[in-house]
Amino acid sequence: MSIRERLSGNEAAATAMKQINPDVVAAFPITPSTEIPQYFSTFVSNGLVDTEFVAVESEHSAMSACIGAEAAGARAMTATSANGLSLMWEMIYIASSLRLPIVLSLVNRAVSGPLNIHNDHSDAMGVRDAGWIMLFSENNQEAYDNLLMAHRIAENENVLLPLMVCQDGFITSHSIENIELEEDSEVKKFVGEYHPKHYLLNDKEPIAVGPLDVQSYLFEHKAQQAEAMKAAKDVILQVAKDFENWTGRHYGLFEEYMLDDSEVAIVCMNSTAGTAKSVINDLRKKGIKAGLLKIRVYRPFPYEEVANALSNQKAVAVLDKADSLNGMGSALFEDVTSSMYVAGKHVPMVNYVYGIGGRDTTSKDIESVYNDLIEVAKSGKIDNPYRYLGLRREEN
Amino acid sequence: MNDLIEIRWHGRGGQGAKTASLLLADAAFNTGKYIQGFPEYGPERMGAPITAYNRISNTPITIHSNIYEPDYVVVVDDTLLEAVDVTAGLKSTGAIVINTTKSPDYLKKVLKGYSGDIYTIDAREISMQTLGRYFPNTPMLAAIVKVSNIMNDEDFIKDMEGSFKHKFAKKPEVIAGNMEAIKMALNKVQKI
Repeated sequence: MSIRERLSGNEAAATAMKQINPDVVAAFPITPSTEIPQYFSTFVSNGLVDTEFVAVESEHSAMSACIGAEAAGARAMTATSANGLSLMWEMIYIASSLRLPIVLSLVNRAVSGPLNIHNDHSDAMGVRDAGWIMLFSENNQEAYDNLLMAHRIAENENVLLPLMVCQDGFITSHSIENIELEEDSEVKKFVGEYHPKHYLLNDKEPIAVGPLDVQSYLFEHKAQQAEAMKAAKDVILQVAKDFENWTGRHYGLFEEYMLDDSEVAIVCMNSTAGTAKSVINDLRKKGIKAGLLKIRVYRPFPYEEVANALSNQKAVAVLDKADSLNGMGSALFEDVTSSMYVAGKHVPMVNYVYGIGGRDTTSKDIESVYNDLIEVAKSGKIDNPYRYLGLRREEN
Repeated sequence: MNDLIEIRWHGRGGQGAKTASLLLADAAFNTGKYIQGFPEYGPERMGAPITAYNRISNTPITIHSNIYEPDYVVVVDDTLLEAVDVTAGLKSTGAIVINTTKSPDYLKKVLKGYSGDIYTIDAREISMQTLGRYFPNTPMLAAIVKVSNIMNDEDFIKDMEGSFKHKFAKKPEVIAGNMEAIKMALNKVQKI
């Protein structure tokens, strides 16, 4: 039986960690994820978990401690944001290449500079090719649910990859909202115990972790990582199915909202998807066939499924909350357009960079995108596929 | 109650507008509503203008943006009236609730002809009388509950007793004063 509660996104993440009760949490505070290790450290002090909490001196050390713990055979978790993730950069790659299923709660924030503590996805986009499974969460509920599913996915023997659960800094991390929580004992049963096959502290099987990997091996090891990432897709779906059987809450690789009969659709991630749903409800009342594809699983990217789901649209807008600064489109747009091209589906598509540095994304902004898409669908013409949404410009 | 009520709080850092918005979310949650309570974080420091928001609904809330066309506005500090456009986007069918002792003529003038209802309450007086210190957020919370009719007085009072017992578990001596502030504010908020 679910428990009706109201929690912020950070409280939801900390609650999930409490219920998971990992062996080790190593973390260093950074806004807006600070509350997660803060709450967790009180759980440790109050004896609500038996986790070894390591208050490290930097995020580089936080990830290093998680790597050490996981290599030793323990279950390790951490949380960070923005420049904290940047400082982990070196160890982020080590974690995935050593195939250590660490779980990270990433509260998305703009990477400096200039200094900005507010939400965008530039931190997550910086590690999109680092070999981590990346799940995005629209609200506190999804941040909680994704964390409850995380270890079952990451620790699966066909996967063995680290996993990060993203949510929007401040927008969901600091907003109190309704949430359905599960009983501690039920969570414990669902998550299960961690029994790694190979680990450093196993005296019956002495192994080395992370030795030199020269020309004759690194390529094959990278290919194995890539295979594991591909294999993760089925595991994510299987775990989601078990999760739904338990809680009744359905999760897929992405969520389709009124997409089956829509003509114009937005693709986006995290909290903006909720605002888009509210706009779609209003547009539908006016007879406008608007839809949404909300990416949940960003890595591995479900390219076949996404292409299939978007193939009947007359125009699609992909919203990126990070600017790739590459003279062309941003990361999610590239992934979606590439998926469409490979699948041989041609749908007019435009890219909007939006919400940078916490710029509020309003219902009116989202509605303007659907209006633009209606024009694109009518004319079939796209004068500029690379656009901004909500950017302040000098008046002429 | 309308299906969705949107409330915007204006206060100064340190006055508890954020806490009040979270307490309001709590109280509405306890009556079975779907709620959001969130502050707009800026470079916060004591005394700087801050904004906080509430959405309260009978159905799940998916929208995640600030509130631009609120049903209600709460002004915790009347020195903001001349510094911030507090009625920006405020629906004329709604109301503004101000912590002030200023005259109705002054208020009508600074609110630039806002055509909805204007309510005032002297939260300073109530706070000083009941708590002996200036904490305007508790009386303002009661005032907006009364004006917006989110719940009836009885349910609200009962709920706040529970909330305060939890919130002030380490300083139970302030619970009675806060409850007194709530009850007094429910009676003293008035339309001009």
